[in-house]
Amino acid sequence: MLGLARPAAPPAPALTAPPPASGAGPLRPVLSVLALIGVWAAGAALLDDPLRAPGPAQVLPALWEGLASGRMWADLGATLGRVAAAFVLAMGLGTALGIGLGLSRRANDWLDPWLTVWNNIPALVLIVLCYLWIGLNETAAIAAVALNKVPLVAVILREGVQARDPALAEMARAFRMAPLARLRHILLPQLVPHLLAAARAGVSLIWKIVLVVEFLGRSNGIGFRIHLNFQMFDITGVLANALAFVAVMLAVEWLVLAPLARRATGWRAAA
Amino acid sequence: MIRLDLRGKSFGATAILGPLSLAVAPGEVLGIEGPSGAGKSTLLRILAGVDTRFDGDLHPAGRSAMVFQSPTLMPWRRVIDNVTLPTGATGAEARGWLARVGLAGMEQHWPGQLSLGQARRVGLARAFAARPEVLILDEPFVSLDQERVEDLLDLTAALIAETRPAVILASHSEAELARLTTRRARLEGRPARLLSR
Repeated sequence: MLGLARPAAPPAPALTAPPPASGAGPLRPVLSVLALIGVWAAGAALLDDPLRAPGPAQVLPALWEGLASGRMWADLGATLGRVAAAFVLAMGLGTALGIGLGLSRRANDWLDPWLTVWNNIPALVLIVLCYLWIGLNETAAIAAVALNKVPLVAVILREGVQARDPALAEMARAFRMAPLARLRHILLPQLVPHLLAAARAGVSLIWKIVLVVEFLGRSNGIGFRIHLNFQMFDITGVLANALAFVAVMLAVEWLVLAPLARRATGWRAAA
Repeated sequence: MIRLDLRGKSFGATAILGPLSLAVAPGEVLGIEGPSGAGKSTLLRILAGVDTRFDGDLHPAGRSAMVFQSPTLMPWRRVIDNVTLPTGATGAEARGWLARVGLAGMEQHWPGQLSLGQARRVGLARAFAARPEVLILDEPFVSLDQERVEDLLDLTAALIAETRPAVILASHSEAELARLTTRRARLEGRPARLLSR
């Protein structure tokens, strides 16, 4: 429940989504979303229980009302701020750790079991511990989310470092390239697909955990609002809040991550 | 002048190179021949400072550069950046070297857009852009057709004559060795020794 299950580390990262099949072309995702809403509406009509199984006819007006009143924007903003802070923190720490483990066989031999243990601590345990140790505050909330995500990023980046091209490393040594230049021009470009995979897997994991953190110990944000809905048995409210945030995260994927991926791998497209 | 006094080089328990010494003066081109797997690449990697795990003493002359069996370009950097970034050459210098190897106008291409012959030329431009005092060439012309090899051989010979680094060339090709080298040695045996000829 509540997205507490951890996804396994994704397999070799895909560089781009598979090309859409010919036919409906760019309209296909839109049609697909409309079909999903249609299925939902049909199911709700069939069950005919608006309290427990609200359809789009109940949820969309609730969503509109939340947005129009401004309350939902404040919650979305608070949650998105936590997602962004935890994301930056987790990507930074996870990338540094992953590169370190990928470069040093000894460090990896020692720390790999730690990473396995860390990766298998349930998200809920880390959240509760952070709240108990740090207090019911913003720092604890963001730390809890970031800590849940660091090992995943580290594992993906370590794989990327271990799969790097040894011939290019030799070239860099033969020409006595400076360590910083090697990092920037030799190592990091090879890690771009892994960074993108970690970012994508990370964003979806993080926002799910942020909602749990808010549910348990914050007084604003979408997770907090869902907590209120839960206590009021307001299923329409739960769905309206969830829908709003899913839309925000889809926008982040389409408007930020996907263009970033296209830009970072532009050299491949040219070849 | 580069000088190597090698007592031995092993991978694990397997001795690859035995005791051997070599010295190459500026303007000299030492050709190293020998069967595949004799240890030519291992010896060149030691000379280039890429492999430092050997028993012996290397006295390098200062700036060195290497041309590899495969072009080994950074596919995510444009052609001109592949010349400037590893060598510290300026953009103008890099353009000059690219023009010398016949790639004027291709500075903004990506390496993936080049043919193998063009990529090898970038590798050559990169090596000379480093203004090397020691130049290591590890089978720099393999898997090119004969006509292209002739062009590149002429070009390489001209650039070496102009800049006069100490050159060590590993090759299987009699034509390459005859055309470029001032002196030749053969790497043979296990562990391999260097036999002058």
